[in-house]
Amino acid sequence: MKVIDPHIHMSSRTTDDYMKLALGGIHTVSEPAFWPGYNRAGVASFHDYYNLLTITEPARAARFGIRHYCWIGLNSKEAEDRQLSEEVLAIIPQYLDRPTVLGLGEIGLNKNSVNEIRALESQLNLAAERNDLILIHTPHLEDKLKGTRIIMEIIRNDKRIQPDRVLIDHAEEHTISEIKAHGFWYGLTLYPDSKGSPQRAVDAIEIYGSDRICINSSADWSVSDPQATLKTANEMRRRGHPEELIHRIFYENPKAFLSQCPKFQG
Amino acid sequence: MAPERCPKSAQASLELYFLENRARLLEIAAFLDRIDRCDGAADARADFRYNTFIKALHLLFESGPQRTKAIQLSFSDPTLEPIASAEGLRAHGAWEGGLK
Repeated sequence: MKVIDPHIHMSSRTTDDYMKLALGGIHTVSEPAFWPGYNRAGVASFHDYYNLLTITEPARAARFGIRHYCWIGLNSKEAEDRQLSEEVLAIIPQYLDRPTVLGLGEIGLNKNSVNEIRALESQLNLAAERNDLILIHTPHLEDKLKGTRIIMEIIRNDKRIQPDRVLIDHAEEHTISEIKAHGFWYGLTLYPDSKGSPQRAVDAIEIYGSDRICINSSADWSVSDPQATLKTANEMRRRGHPEELIHRIFYENPKAFLSQCPKFQG
Repeated sequence: MAPERCPKSAQASLELYFLENRARLLEIAAFLDRIDRCDGAADARADFRYNTFIKALHLLFESGPQRTKAIQLSFSDPTLEPIASAEGLRAHGAWEGGLK
């Protein structure tokens, strides 16, 4: 079985986890820039982080035969500090042309604040100018519906951005229809408590179809599972779905979205 | 693209998922019992999260075939106005305004 995990934070995981991915057939991953669980003190920390994503992790992954790609961006949780935010936004362009960077991500909203929106708009403008792919983080829990709608409205108002070059991640049952209706790709995240389960992800495939969906583990420093995609593939098998459909969901779909960036080799 | 038909019959799905969901139902019952027997139960039962949770339980029976979506919406902030600042805020899992 061949699997691409299009959203996994390997810099927060142990090297043993790379071995688990490889043994399970996950030979390609993409890692968005995100919040490390604490607020960084200054722009130098972001330089270190972007170098980690673009130099250290691809080398660590390669030891296990895994291709590691990444996304560069300022996450919404650290957008509230406007001075730091401006400093970080200024350094992002120097990393975007590195050979494993697929685009801007994960950018989006967390609590739907004015400063978060300002940072998002700035990064969307950068992506539009460069015609880069965009990976969107949507808020958690009670803020998700509102944030997803605000994000989609901002993107749709920028006619330079094609919806099929944007993946809106962490979708759930109450946001999938609207995301699909506007022509975006959507991501389902397999988080045991705060997002979806393998069972609900397979329900979504059965209800909304198999097009423009990417399923990811988003495994990171919190309660999460780097093998969640494999468990969801197994859930499809348990229900009797054909291998062709499983291959489409876990390999062909993420490959189709990510291949829009010419640097990506599936 | 069309939905992907679930290959399992409803009866087979009941067979496959009954025990794990029976266990989940008991976890919810135990959670509510725990709140009842602990000190400060009245305060906890007045908390907006408790009340949105109870409201969501009712939706299991009232919202027809789209229960999951209905419950997600019942926990969600449906407004579109950005907030002034996110400083110090966190997600609670339920929207207080939904009870008004």
